[in-house]
Amino acid sequence: MADLPLLSVKRLLKRFGGLIATDHVDIDVGAGETHALIGPNGAGKTTFIAQIQGELSPDAGAIIFSGRDIAREAAWRRAQQGLARSFQITSVFLQFTALTNVILAVQAQAGHSFRIRRAAVDEPALVEPAQAALAAIGLGDRAHVRAVALSHGEQRQLELAMALAMRPKLLLLDEPMAGMGRQDTARMTEILRKLKTQYSMLLVEHDMSAVEALADRVSVLVAGRVVATGSFAQIRADAHVRAAYLGEKHR
Amino acid sequence: MRRPSPRLLLACVLFILLALAPILTIFVGNDYPLIVLTRVLILAMAAVSLDLILGYGGMVSLGHAAFLGLGAYAVGIMTTEGVTSGLVQWPLAILLTALVALVIGALSLRTRGVYFILVTLAFAQMIYFVSVGLDAYGGEDGLVVPTRSRFSVLDLSDRTSFYFLCLVLLFAAIAFVAHLARTRFGLVLRGAAMNERRMRALGFPVYRYRLAAFVIAGALCGLAGILLANHSEFVSPSIMNWGRSADLIIMVVLGGIGSAVGPLLGAMVFMLAEETLSHLTTYWQLIFGPLILIFVRFARSGLIGLFPERSGDG
Amino acid sequence: MSLLIEQTLNGVQLALLLFLVAAGLTLVFGIMDFMNLSHGSLFMMGAYFAATFVPMTGSFVLGGLLAIMCTTLLGFAVEAIWLRPLFGRGHLDQVLGTFGLVLFFNDFVRLVWGAAGRTLAVPQMLAGQVSLGPSLTYPVYRLVLIGAGLVVAGGLYLLVQRTKAGMVIRAAASDRDMAGAIGADVTLVSTFVFGLGAALAGLAGLFAAPLLTVQIGMGDNILILTLVIIVIGGLGSVRGAFLAALIVGLIDALGRAYLPELLRLVLSPVAASTAAGALSSVAIYILLAAVLLVKPQGLFPARGAR
Repeated sequence: MADLPLLSVKRLLKRFGGLIATDHVDIDVGAGETHALIGPNGAGKTTFIAQIQGELSPDAGAIIFSGRDIAREAAWRRAQQGLARSFQITSVFLQFTALTNVILAVQAQAGHSFRIRRAAVDEPALVEPAQAALAAIGLGDRAHVRAVALSHGEQRQLELAMALAMRPKLLLLDEPMAGMGRQDTARMTEILRKLKTQYSMLLVEHDMSAVEALADRVSVLVAGRVVATGSFAQIRADAHVRAAYLGEKHR
Repeated sequence: MRRPSPRLLLACVLFILLALAPILTIFVGNDYPLIVLTRVLILAMAAVSLDLILGYGGMVSLGHAAFLGLGAYAVGIMTTEGVTSGLVQWPLAILLTALVALVIGALSLRTRGVYFILVTLAFAQMIYFVSVGLDAYGGEDGLVVPTRSRFSVLDLSDRTSFYFLCLVLLFAAIAFVAHLARTRFGLVLRGAAMNERRMRALGFPVYRYRLAAFVIAGALCGLAGILLANHSEFVSPSIMNWGRSADLIIMVVLGGIGSAVGPLLGAMVFMLAEETLSHLTTYWQLIFGPLILIFVRFARSGLIGLFPERSGDG
Repeated sequence: MSLLIEQTLNGVQLALLLFLVAAGLTLVFGIMDFMNLSHGSLFMMGAYFAATFVPMTGSFVLGGLLAIMCTTLLGFAVEAIWLRPLFGRGHLDQVLGTFGLVLFFNDFVRLVWGAAGRTLAVPQMLAGQVSLGPSLTYPVYRLVLIGAGLVVAGGLYLLVQRTKAGMVIRAAASDRDMAGAIGADVTLVSTFVFGLGAALAGLAGLFAAPLLTVQIGMGDNILILTLVIIVIGGLGSVRGAFLAALIVGLIDALGRAYLPELLRLVLSPVAASTAAGALSSVAIYILLAAVLLVKPQGLFPARGAR
């Protein structure tokens, strides 16, 4: 086994009372791969992402990331090892400017923050990468606007810019197109298509054209279980999946 | 060149006005205004220290007066025991306060929301009861501090010099807190208050930054306590009555939370209101209580709201 | 031995008094996520009402009922006028708003009853001592108080655990949104709980009036002990409040009685009595710290409460 996957989730299990939210899930994300996770609402996709990132702790199973089991580690340690999550429901620092939001993301990966000599916004080591991340995502000219004043689409972009600024090994993207119009969705798909060449991604998405455009492999999650994994074409052809998921959506 | 922000201007104006205040005593003919103002400065310093954790860090501590009391008692007890040198007293007192803040913070920061408020209150109350139980040092009645701290370069028993010392230390504290808020450390603190979940996802161990801020705030409040003991030449448990902790919160919110200079405004207005209302009627809290409620409902941004921030987070 | 029994009884009696104040308050915390500092003031008002109406009517029962009624009405009024605007606001606003109420009540009492404290005599019928053993006599009033406190606590338990209204209250205390989802009117529930809490605080004030001096600030001491109990017991848990009150009451009473002796084993008599005084008053806070280390949610958290 020369090429271990970057992320290897094994038999992950999470219960909420009597409800099984994640039912012995196995998923791999190879280095450089974009792996899409699709499934109907309530299938447990966000719960799954939250366990990988560390906000929720699984009841059982392993999360092997870069060769180490991180299933019991605190979220902030996982982030420092190169896991970056963008949230389905925008979660940014509303009272900070877009730039400061990204500065915090850069800062998180730049050693400890017990530094009190200079103002953070005067540190080129923070500001320059932050500017670059904003520019890469198309928010360069909105850097000094407070996040609360950004449009929904722009906040989604900011969300992604923050994840990028962490220089992650793996991006956990939880519905990056959530709540976006057709035009914004197309734009975001284009942005992600460019990023795809540089990053490994685990992508939760409802928009099938985006999944088709981006995913190397697709896994289908239904009621906490992976019912199929394969290329987009394979998944589309899978009768099992059509019955469980695609069928009910297209009818 | 950037234009100075309205808040910086406000701070400068306040400094100049307060620096000129001792002239008042010449006109009045007695030291009373100076004594009152010194007290205002000292309490303002305690409020500024609280603003670091309350305003910037979003930690609603209802036990901050305990650190005021600790600083004051440390000075009182050392003086009673014959240690009068400020160079010994002050660092020891600050160290003590910081250590206690470390312990209280380490425990109470494990909790959130209402729990945090209640737990900080409870620990402050515990320290209060310890001071009540210190029979050797006056117990409930308090302790007379026979002499002020001795420094070779400065005579603290001179009211005017002491006033200026307080003034300089207060503005140093304001500048320190305002600067801190803009540094990496400050960004983490403010970010955690705004969106803790996101901070963890970014990779910040939030707890230790909060704890550091809690200790810094405690130590700074301890310094205010040191000044208070020297000012009143008397320490008693009532310094750290839980109502005093609430007063400090009122000062911070009245002035405007998370603004460093706001708490000074808040402390001035608070003491002015107290003086005025209590001259008006014995039952001044009958008016002051509802005023707090009205203020909370309708003017929550505080006095500092009159002085807008420059855009940006610098 | 008789000291042990006496102090245990004293501890239980303190515990029941504290529980009466804590029960209503913990539900308010749990249901509304509401940071309320003004509950001790209702206790104080209850005591003042009692110290007024009992001598006025010449009857402990009649005057007491009047006092409880007035405190309850006051509780409703306070909730409607002062506290409701603070629901749903941040905890900081609630701290300030309810602290303002504490100040208001302190001076209100000063205005109406004057600055000097009041006393209320133990009712004639219950004034004597009863013999509980060869060398132990105990005041009848305190014994009756323990009995009455247990009855009220039992009644409260039945109300919360066994009735439909209690089920809704528990649901709301452990998960507000869920209670809303099953169709409970959470606002109505909270109003009811405020009324109930006020009545219990009034009752505690009545019970305490003959034991303590009725004075300004008496609510503050009770409030803080109560808050400690609520944290130890777990916010929103009546059962937790009861057990925590017992623990706190017993630690306080037994600590005061036995710590000096224990410390005398290692310290000089003077030092021992000094240290014991300080230690017994901080003992419950040390307990609080220990609980926080082991179970930050309190010993008996309401199910689902965070």
